[in-house]
Amino acid sequence: MGLKGRDLISIRDLSREEIDEILAASRRMLPYARGEKHSKILENRILVLAFFEPSTRTRLSFDTAMQRLGGGCVTIADPASSSIRKGESLSDTVRMLSAYGDAIVLRHPNEGAARLAAAVSELPVVNAGDGAGQHPTQTLLDLATMQEAFGTLSGLKVVLLGDLRFGRTVHSLAHALALFGSQMVLVSPPPLRLPEEVREQLDRAGAKVEEEEQLHRALRDADVLYVTRIQRERFGDDLEFARIADSYRVDTAVLAAAKSRLIVLHPLPRTVEIAPEVDGTRHAAYFRQAELAVPVRMALLSLLLTGKSG
Amino acid sequence: MVRELKVTPIRNGTVIDHIGNGLALEVLRILEVHQLDKDSTVSVALHVRSSKLGWKDIVKVENMELSPRKVNAIALIAPTATISIIRDSKVGEKRSVNLPDRIAGVLRCPNPNCITNHGEPVESEFEVYRRRPVTLRCVYCERLVDEFLRLLR
Repeated sequence: MGLKGRDLISIRDLSREEIDEILAASRRMLPYARGEKHSKILENRILVLAFFEPSTRTRLSFDTAMQRLGGGCVTIADPASSSIRKGESLSDTVRMLSAYGDAIVLRHPNEGAARLAAAVSELPVVNAGDGAGQHPTQTLLDLATMQEAFGTLSGLKVVLLGDLRFGRTVHSLAHALALFGSQMVLVSPPPLRLPEEVREQLDRAGAKVEEEEQLHRALRDADVLYVTRIQRERFGDDLEFARIADSYRVDTAVLAAAKSRLIVLHPLPRTVEIAPEVDGTRHAAYFRQAELAVPVRMALLSLLLTGKSG
Repeated sequence: MVRELKVTPIRNGTVIDHIGNGLALEVLRILEVHQLDKDSTVSVALHVRSSKLGWKDIVKVENMELSPRKVNAIALIAPTATISIIRDSKVGEKRSVNLPDRIAGVLRCPNPNCITNHGEPVESEFEVYRRRPVTLRCVYCERLVDEFLRLLR
């Protein structure tokens, strides 16, 4: 089944082959994303950006992606002024928005909102984050960054560090890595361990997953260190938070024992998890990861709307 | 046979046998027996000897045949149950309850932040994630669910 006309709600909606197709298309989009080449493949197409929760980078990168391919966007960026505020159901809002464009990108505070939108709309719906649920395009650009660095996703050893319990990006990423046979090492404070049900799903998918308490031990032979934000509100008191945040902080001393090719990723924005001194090292790939947001979303929109990628 | 007579035979209606011990009252709740017409008899046998289960419960309801939705709910709460439809005092049809691959409208999602709990005009829907022990996954928010009693609609 091709990607044209499809929804992307959860990374589970994609097979390994389809992820490969999107990543390959993303690589072809690089010069277009930089403005070095020009494309009109989405000319006269309109993307509806329906953001019922604040977002800057996700919304702007979709907007940029659409414009780079000759298309346009209409946007709900302030839910306070929209009809949802007047008590309209999401189902009705989505039906109405379906008349305005060719595809819908939705961010919403409730889990399952994007699946609901896809059920009521004829248009392709892309989930740009539903509460604590899924954010599949973030996973695609995480994968794109790894693939760009190593040329493959198979056989990589990926350390997932930080809040593995509430961090939605980690669950989607782990699922995708399992598809590619990557090896995962989980490092997190005990209260923020990967939920049992996510772990079990990974085991069922045949993923190679181990847990490690010590970050420096986990980093041995690792290719990727994926860092997530540990949020203050997950902890009862400031002291406990400060102790945990400090023990999971990534700095040049921690990275001294790592392979020289190891890359550090972070979905951003970061707070204290990665010391600024890491930014200048060859390990820092998180800004590159953010840059790839545009070509990856260009590739996805192009494939969903036309079935082609250039 | 002596054991069978502990519960009055019915002429037309439904017998739900092999209900797990202690679950009959939950089955009655699913059946909404309080809405039956006032001439119908509901018989309940609790803690009955069973060669298959050790102990079991039985429910017989006159003048009621079960909707698919109710059968699905019973399949979740009492997966060992068998359902016999009685017509003119004869067993017209007998079958085990069988959990379908997808179940709509029977349970609410336990995730308070799931979109199905926020006033949308949509039925809750789950797919079977695992059959033994039964675990469902919300089609919308993907939450896994393995306790059903308090979630029945």
